[in-house]
This record gives sequence, structure tokens and C-alpha cells, in this order.
Amino acid sequence: MSKIKNAFDGKKAFIAFLTAGDPTLEKTEEFVLEMERAGAALIELGIPFTDPIADGPVIQEANLRSLSAGCTTDKIFEMVERLRKKTQIPLVFLTYLNTVYKYGYERFLNRCRETGMDGLIIPDLPYEEQEELKPIAAKYDVDVITMIAPTSHERIKSVARDAGGFIYVVSSMGVTGERAEITTDVGEIVETIRTVTDVPTAIGFGINTKEQVHKYSGLSDGVIVGSAIVKIIGKYGADAGEKLYEYVHEMVSGLAE
Amino acid sequence: MSKGRFGEHGGQYIPETLMNEIHRLEEAYEHYKNDPEFVKELDTLNREYAGRPSLLYYAEKMTRDLGGAKIYFKREDLNHTGSHKINNVLGQVLLAKKMGKTRVIAETGAGQHGVATATAAALLDMECEVYMGKEDTIRQALNVYRMELLGTKVHPVESGTATLKDAVNACMREWTARVDDTLYVLGSVMGPHPFPTMVGDFQSIISKEARAQILEKEGRLPDVVMACVGGGSNAIGSFREFIPDKEVKLIGCEAAGEGVDTDRTAATMAVGTKGIFHGMKSYFCQNEYGQIAPVYSISAGLDYPGVGPEHAYLRDIGRAEYVPVTDEEAVQAFEYIAKTEGIIAAIESSHAVAHLMKIAPEMGKDQIIICTLSGRGDKDVAAIARYRGIDLHE
Repeated sequence: MSKIKNAFDGKKAFIAFLTAGDPTLEKTEEFVLEMERAGAALIELGIPFTDPIADGPVIQEANLRSLSAGCTTDKIFEMVERLRKKTQIPLVFLTYLNTVYKYGYERFLNRCRETGMDGLIIPDLPYEEQEELKPIAAKYDVDVITMIAPTSHERIKSVARDAGGFIYVVSSMGVTGERAEITTDVGEIVETIRTVTDVPTAIGFGINTKEQVHKYSGLSDGVIVGSAIVKIIGKYGADAGEKLYEYVHEMVSGLAE
Repeated sequence: MSKGRFGEHGGQYIPETLMNEIHRLEEAYEHYKNDPEFVKELDTLNREYAGRPSLLYYAEKMTRDLGGAKIYFKREDLNHTGSHKINNVLGQVLLAKKMGKTRVIAETGAGQHGVATATAAALLDMECEVYMGKEDTIRQALNVYRMELLGTKVHPVESGTATLKDAVNACMREWTARVDDTLYVLGSVMGPHPFPTMVGDFQSIISKEARAQILEKEGRLPDVVMACVGGGSNAIGSFREFIPDKEVKLIGCEAAGEGVDTDRTAATMAVGTKGIFHGMKSYFCQNEYGQIAPVYSISAGLDYPGVGPEHAYLRDIGRAEYVPVTDEEAVQAFEYIAKTEGIIAAIESSHAVAHLMKIAPEMGKDQIIICTLSGRGDKDVAAIARYRGIDLHE
């Protein structure tokens, strides 16, 4: 069993995303620890990709900053190895399929297990294409985390039934980024998911305020915040640690009981 | 493996948000491609509006000058809007209308697909928005204005390398934000299934006509069929009907830019490796970590780091051959065909002409080449002048 279930153990989970290597991998290590200290239950580490088609401008720019600073998949694995000596917080990668495919599925997942990664979120790997990756991931005890979108409708049950780790409920149409208002009936999506599986659900895309954290953690098992965190890193760079602690601490205080 | 495979290539690697929509598109296409009324409407548009069939022109002077194989050009440059792109957009925009969509979006590199989509949208009363790399809006400023004239909104894309692949990214992002009333009219035989198959089907009219035309003119099949390849839609269109004719050699000509041994190239088949990007498994220019490489070609239409999955498959099974052609060779061919045949061909098509100039003299006088001229070169004149050191701006 992966450590992912610990994130949802008897409480709502605050899941924080950041792009690895932005501005440096040493800083990523520090930021992860800061966010854990502030109460984050699970961290999504973005492996940068040149063409992140599911991401809005904030995360696109973080990807390019990281790549320009020389970040690579191998260096990220080395960073995770160092990080694992300091924390046991559940860690998942968020990246695009080509970075995994090109590294080699077997080799990539083997490195995930060696370094202590618990899961993998791949926005451009829909349910129908997971067959090529899932058996290998299972062999190395890495969960492939499934996404469910506002447009999933009748797909929800079949997609959710085979899910592992947690289910990423995409709150809004379009790409990642802060939103003032979320119009999708995510509560209904979560209810449908719960008719077929006990795998925890977390809602993401657009969440950035304490009020949103409260509302959406009330509807599900957790919330995911990405762009708002990446924006802080973009603004404060190497000095973002303290700001991240403050922001995450504030958001965590909004979690529903 | 999922649907829409060419060997191991193809597939549907797209965000969950688009999956239901792509399935709806698949179903609609499967239905309408066999619907007599749709087929008839499209056929009428092709004939009465786009000007089909396009000519299969015997290039007698080039044949004589090069001193080898008999050369025929399939004149897609004579279509309405000046390229093969109209074949695909009339099909897709008509399909969008049947599906009840009111808006189409499209990416464009050189601007030809953007202009064609804007044209079809004007004719068929659809709202249209085109995404074009900022770099390309500068290289092809006239086409931007053309699209605007046709009532289309053009969005310059500044992210990434600000060229064709970034325009595709922008379209995919826009489509995930708004699928209900919108169809993404993809311009090439790429992207997630059903696009590679559907675009290839709409473009296969090129080889359907060419095959019948050459049989009528020569009473036999050609020895070589060739076309330029970026994403590869005019090439698939030119190849499709000849694929079962094993004796017909198929050659795709890709953009080598400054050369395949430099990093200023877009020759995916020559320097690319297998990857998964823009919804499909195929060959891509990328580094060892799967980061998509910045590519370069003088031709905005061939300046793309991938190639359609059907081409990847035709290469894997050895049915088609792919060769790189440099900027310099393409420019020389652009000038040569203008002086020799009085045809100003697109710089994209000139890549195929350049390779033709290499192989025709090596072939026998009893042999036949069909080379597709995918578009006309008016849009390229100023850029070629600048390439030759003449200070000319549009």
C-alpha cells in the first residue's frame, strides 16, 4: 500500500502542488518541508514539461523557469531521495506522459519506488490509455491517479471504479489557474464517485481562497491548490519559503471538519 | 490499446475533460461519412466552391530540363484559398455544423490552414477564432489580415517558442475551456483519434483524383508519388489511394532547416524518436527527457516537432520513405520551378520539388513521378526575397 491513504486518514487533506526545480531543486526541497510544517497532507511535485497543455499561464511559466534552470527528471529523482531522508509525507508526481514514456515506463516507475514516490498524476493519460502504464505502476507499488472532469458524466462510474490512491476531481473546464468562482456541481460528481468506490476524492483547479478550501473540502475528502502556490514562488523566488508557510497555514485552517 | 491506431502509433492521449467530446466527434464522423446527404453536400462544395478536381499537370519543360522521369504536378495550389487545406476544412466545418456547433477554432503555422478555416467558417456561418504563433504572425502578416477580412479573430500565441506547436497547445487549452459549442478544426493528420483518420480521409481526395487522372493520361500508375511533410496532411492525401499499389514508391519530404546535423532543423523522421504528444503516439523532435525540442525551418508550415501517426506507421513498415530537404535546397527549388514552369509554389511544396530535382534525373524516361504542389507561394515571396538578401517587406 502506498502512503497516499495516510493523507486522508481521519481528516480532510490539503494537497499542495509545486513545480520541481522552480527556482532550484534545493529550494523545492525546502518548500516541500515548509508546506508540510504548515499542514499540507500530500505534495504534488510537478516534473516540468515544455508543453503543459492542461496548465494555465502561471504553471506554464514555472515549467519554463525550471527547465531553463537546468532541471531534469534524473535530478528530480535525486532530490526526492534527499527529501525522503527528512520526511515521510505522501508524494506524487504530476507530469505529462511524454516525460514518463521517454524515460521508459519500467525505468521511471522503478526509480519512483527506489526514491519513495507514491503516485503519478498524468493529465494527458485518460482512462482508455492507462492500460499501457497501470500494470507496470502496480508492479512498483505506485498509484496512477485518475482525473474526473465536469464533462465526464456517464464516464464517472467506470473511471472511478478502477481508481487508485485518490481521485482528482477537476472542478472547472479549461486549464489550471485561480478562479474567482467555480460553477460546476462538483458535489454531485463526488456523490456519483462515492456510489462505486471508497477511494478518497480531492477537488482541484481554481481553488485559491480559504473560503473555497472550506467549501470544497466539505464536499469531498480534500482540496488541491497549485497555481496560487506557484504564483507565490514566481513572485518571491528563493525567498518564498516563509510566504508559502503562511499561505498554506492559512488555507489549512479553512479545511472542513 | 485504444482506438485510432496505426501500428503502435496514434491513440487518444488527451485530458479527461475532452474525452466525451472526442467520442462524440468520432461517432458523428462515423455517421456522416456514410450519410449520402453529407457526402453530396461536401462533393458540391469541393467542386463548386473549392474548384476541384485539381489539375494533374504534365511539367514538360522540367521533364526535359532534368532529363529523366516524366514529371506531373498535382496542383493543389490552384484550389480556392491556395492550398490543399481547403479539402479538410470544408469537411470538418460542415461536420461541425451537422453536430450543431456554432464556433470553430484552429491552429495555423504558415496561415494556410487558418485562412482556409476562416473561409469555410465565413461560407458556412460559423464563428471562427484562429491561434497562430507570434513568430508566425510576423512571418506571415498578410495571412493574418486575410483571416481578419474573412471575419475571424486571430490570437497571436506568445507562449513557448511562439510557433505552430504552441498554437496547437493554445487550441487544445481553449477547447478544454469551451467544448459545448466549439469544434477544434485540426489542420493536419495529427492529434488524437479521430483527427488523423478523418483529416486523412478528407485529404485523400488528392490521390483519388490523381490516381484516376494518371491512369487516364498515361494508362498506368506512377513510379513515385511525393509530397512535403510537416504534420503530413497533403502527403497522406497524396499517398492514401496508392498505398495498396506496392509498385508505387511513396516519398515524404521534410524540412531539414539548416541541416539534420544542426539543431536548426524540423526533420522529425530524420532526428526524432518515439514519443507521446499532442494527443498521439508518433515520432517527435525531443531530448532524452522527452522535452519537446525547438524546431526550425524557413517554412512556417513545416516548422513542427512531430509528424502524423499514419506517417510514423508507413515509415515503420517501410511502405513510405522520408527524406530531409534543407532551406537552401527548398529556396533553389522555389526559384527553379518559377523560372522553368512559371509556377510560384509554396515554400512547403518547394521542399518536395527540391527532392524531385534530385531523383528525376536518376530515373528512366519511361518512368513517372507525381509530385503534389500543396500550395501556392505568393505568401512566401517577401520571405524568399529577404533570404536572398533583398530588403523587401510586405
